[in-house]
Amino acid sequence: MSEASGKQPVIEVTDMAKSFGSQRVLDGINLKVYAGEIMVVMGGSGCGKSTLLRHLIGSIAPDEGTVKLFGNDITKMSEKELDDVRKKFGILFQSGALFNSLSVGENVALLLREHTNLDEATIDIIVKIKLELVGLRKHTEKMPAQLSGGMKKRAGLARAIALDPQILFYDEPGAGLDPVTSAQINQLIIDLTKKLNVTSLVVTHEMDSAFMLADRMCMLDKGKILKMGTRHDFEVLRDRTGELKSEQERLVRQFLRGDAEGPITERQLASDYEEDLLMAHKRC
Amino acid sequence: MKETDSSAEMKDKSSVIIDALGTLGEFTLKTGRNVFSMFGGMFLLLGETATVTSKGLLIQEQRIGSEAIFTQMVRVGVKAIPIVILIQLAIGMILPLQMFPMLDEFGQSDQIATINAIAGFRELGPLMTAVVLCGFAGASIAAELGTMVTAEEIEALKASALNPIRFLVVPRMLATLIMTVMLTVIANVVMIASGMLTAINLGIDADTYFKLTIEAVEVSGFVTGLVKAAVFGLLIGLIACFLGLSVKPWEGSEGVGRATTRTVVYGIVAVIFADAIFTLIFYSYGLFD
Ligand SMILES: Nc1ncnc2c1ncn2[C@@H]1O[C@H](COP(=O)(O)OP(=O)(O)OP(=O)(O)O)[C@@H](O)[C@H]1O
Ligand SMILES: [Mg+2]
Repeated sequence: MSEASGKQPVIEVTDMAKSFGSQRVLDGINLKVYAGEIMVVMGGSGCGKSTLLRHLIGSIAPDEGTVKLFGNDITKMSEKELDDVRKKFGILFQSGALFNSLSVGENVALLLREHTNLDEATIDIIVKIKLELVGLRKHTEKMPAQLSGGMKKRAGLARAIALDPQILFYDEPGAGLDPVTSAQINQLIIDLTKKLNVTSLVVTHEMDSAFMLADRMCMLDKGKILKMGTRHDFEVLRDRTGELKSEQERLVRQFLRGDAEGPITERQLASDYEEDLLMAHKRC
Repeated sequence: MKETDSSAEMKDKSSVIIDALGTLGEFTLKTGRNVFSMFGGMFLLLGETATVTSKGLLIQEQRIGSEAIFTQMVRVGVKAIPIVILIQLAIGMILPLQMFPMLDEFGQSDQIATINAIAGFRELGPLMTAVVLCGFAGASIAAELGTMVTAEEIEALKASALNPIRFLVVPRMLATLIMTVMLTVIANVVMIASGMLTAINLGIDADTYFKLTIEAVEVSGFVTGLVKAAVFGLLIGLIACFLGLSVKPWEGSEGVGRATTRTVVYGIVAVIFADAIFTLIFYSYGLFD
């Protein structure tokens, strides 16, 4: 499962960088995810997690570096070649991103109708199965506008797994869900990954989910990967007491523990806050 | 101290002017670039739509849902029918009433029928329909697609290997095209009927009116009117789809609102300009003799 096994990674990001205007959102990202593995990506709000996912699904192109899925560089592909790759992965967007003009059932059925030659009866059955997995079978006929935020998430997940993809990307699968549903979704992610040998990349803030899901984890900060390691590595770091020598480790530990005090807080305070106030004062 | 103050002020003033000139120049450049990129973008969108449509219709390599087109036709056109009828009822009455006194002086009051028919079939039928549809179809398409962008639906479509052009643009553009043509036919009929009612009230014989109308329009007048309508419909669909899809995800409802307003304004301008070009071409080829 680790790099020692010598397997080809399913997802491989090399030296990737991306700027929006003058803001360098991603800066030298290197990431490998192997078959059947769950990689959890953590990081503060706005650190570029969703942007990283957008690169992995070929929705934006990096300024530098390569993104390989199944060993092929998707940054160099035509839209048509990319579409063939896209049929092999599923993504759950942060907002759910359901097709609002279609009912929940149709959202799932759409992909099956468009990308397979199955007949309507079979599609119907598959839709029911997928919706049952996320606990929405009773809501097949509902329109997305009639769903709660958490239900939208689950419907989005049902759509993401409609074509039995080999890679699944999740952007905050547990956000906005109650603890039980969240745990069920996590269990589903684990089941899909382990039973069907799906490769998963999960973005999440929630440490309970992160530690429940992860085979390996990494933490993103200021566009760079601050720490990458197995779940065990991160657990050890979280539970270490006493002073840590490296700034980096203290930062990760604060994030893992969710402490209010620590280097992240200091960084926010120490930035040009006072200067900013003075500038504002001068202007008036 | 005072001197430095005033010289500083001077500098301020001149730099304000320079700044203003700079801003103006930048604005012109930016506008030029924007207009250029807008036309370029629309051209590309049209090309891609044409490719997808022809692949779908001719070699059937790509599926184009006829249901989708039908749904869009209903959405785009049906609500506009009463408005088109209302407007054409009024216009069919306005022209005869305006022209009657003058024509009557020359003993040519029958020619009301000719004027109404020519103006209606060649000009006002397609034009008024297109203007109404700019508001109905154009605005609603731009708002819908813009909202889909902000809700990440377009991105989700692409990530699911579904082409938004085939899926969203083609049915909408075909629907506006077809509906503009169909509503133009309705508009023409209503305008003639309304003109005829007005003429009868002015003491003109219904049979004469009808005969003159048919003589005036001919097949060419009818067909050129419909060709115009088709092009207007295409323009409206193209502008609406382009501006709707050009909304950026982070622009939110403000971006959607802007795209909607622009669609109506640019749509009407484009339709009228296209009309002028058509008229020039038809005129120089003597189609109006
Ligand atoms: N299209 C864009 N144009 C300009 N800036 C962008 C764009 N998309 C994202 N950004 C910026 O990039 C940064 C990272 O955004 P991103 O959405 O990836 O954050 P995130 O890590 O997913 O945050 P969250 O946990 O809140 O979802 C933010 O500062 C955001 O303002
Ligand atoms: Mg995000």
